Amino acid sequence: MIDPIFLAEAAVNGLLLGGILALLALGLNLIFGVIDIVWIAYVDLVMICMYAVYFIVQVYGWPIWVGGLASVGLGAVLGLGVHLLIITPILSSAPVNQLLATGGLLFFLQSFATFLWTTDHRSVRLALPRLEVFDMPISVARLIAFGLAILVMLGLYLFLTRTYIGTAIRAVSQDREAMALMGANPQRVYLVTSAVGGAIAGVAAALLIIQYAVHPFFGAAFGPLTFMICVLGGLGNMVGAFVAAFLMSEVIAIGGVIWSTEMGYVIAFVVFIVMIFVRPGGLLARRS
Amino acid sequence: MLQLTGVTAGYGQFTALWDVSLRVEAGEAVAVVGPNGAGKTTLMRVISGLIAPRAGEIGFEGHAIGGRPAYEIVGRGIAHVPEGRRIFPALTVADNLKMGAFLPPARRRFAESLARVYALFPVLAERRTQRAGSLSGGEQQMLAVGRALMSGPRLILLDEPSMGLAPVMVLRLFDLIRRVRQEGYTILVVEQNVRQVLKLVDRAYLLEVGRVKMEGRADALADQDFVRKAYVGL
Repeated sequence: MIDPIFLAEAAVNGLLLGGILALLALGLNLIFGVIDIVWIAYVDLVMICMYAVYFIVQVYGWPIWVGGLASVGLGAVLGLGVHLLIITPILSSAPVNQLLATGGLLFFLQSFATFLWTTDHRSVRLALPRLEVFDMPISVARLIAFGLAILVMLGLYLFLTRTYIGTAIRAVSQDREAMALMGANPQRVYLVTSAVGGAIAGVAAALLIIQYAVHPFFGAAFGPLTFMICVLGGLGNMVGAFVAAFLMSEVIAIGGVIWSTEMGYVIAFVVFIVMIFVRPGGLLARRS
Repeated sequence: MLQLTGVTAGYGQFTALWDVSLRVEAGEAVAVVGPNGAGKTTLMRVISGLIAPRAGEIGFEGHAIGGRPAYEIVGRGIAHVPEGRRIFPALTVADNLKMGAFLPPARRRFAESLARVYALFPVLAERRTQRAGSLSGGEQQMLAVGRALMSGPRLILLDEPSMGLAPVMVLRLFDLIRRVRQEGYTILVVEQNVRQVLKLVDRAYLLEVGRVKMEGRADALADQDFVRKAYVGL
């Protein structure tokens, strides 16, 4: 029998991981909902931003908040770049070609990072204490990352519900053509969406680099998981992705403690496959 | 106000409109009637810029608007209420109306336009916090019309407003369109419900397989044997 304290610790860690995963999934989902394209290379953009924070903070010695802001800006620029250089020219071609194009970007970014920075694992070392709550050690870095992820998601929620352009983004994801009839230039809405999605990748990068080491294949660890969460929540469904992120992270964390880290992922993928059969439209899909 | 001259349009290899000429004067209500597949919806889409004409010219208040994108044409004063209503189902009624006033000039007149729309369609005010997808068909059509009015248009294109509505609702809707007209909007309406729409408009065009087959005053057209048999006396 496993000591309940380990289970509790795993549950807390799962919750903290879930915040970051939810953030990543919302960013990917936002772009998919509006532009109808899954950026396969989304987490590889995060990887590039993580390197940026690493160099700014660890190599050049700037404070972490400078690195974080730079990462958000870089993410937004990368998002715009992906849309303008890769998506725009193939916007009206078959979905599979669009997938292949962003998949190609993934290999490009991985190779590019390997070429420039080798396969060394690099991390930002912050002198953050560990907390003890009820005898459970909790990493302050994770706690901060979780809190900021929640704040950014709250900000995203307010942006999408309280501003004109945010409401327009939701409207476009429901009916692109009708929104053009309202006077919204779709290309402009796509650009704003890509920039916001990219900026979220930048935020996630800053929150990840204080917990994990970055290497060129970082995207391979979090990319499929993020995509899976989006599908599980129902592609384009923000609330669904949010719920699915925590479900997955808890399965991984608790499964990891009961069996092993690998088993945690195995169980998560099994849950995913089963859920796809049971609820193909996503966790929160309405019956229609 | 609106003038189409020799407009030809279609999708890919398919041509839906052949050499169509049509005009709408300011203050008029004009109907386009005809069987399914006559090109009525294509006509609306080419005017509002959702598709570009292959040939011909479209003039609106002295400007050539043929081939301009939809998001630009709405800014010139043409609002298109598309077939099937196309409201944003997951947004609230109020947010749908807000999107109708997306362009900056319309946004500046937002409060005024909103009061006007709520006065015309009080049910929208009652349901403003509801998701638009939860409205009944008739209410959704009112929302679609209200949303179009929010852009501050001078010409409104209505594509099959009565589609999918119960007969009682159809009558109410036509009454509401009449009231919209009295507010001073110019209307170009496409309808299957020929008998009703000919009572509403001043003039009408009969479209068949993409060509204008007949045009004239609504009452004269309604009296034509041919039209009566084919469309009215169902």
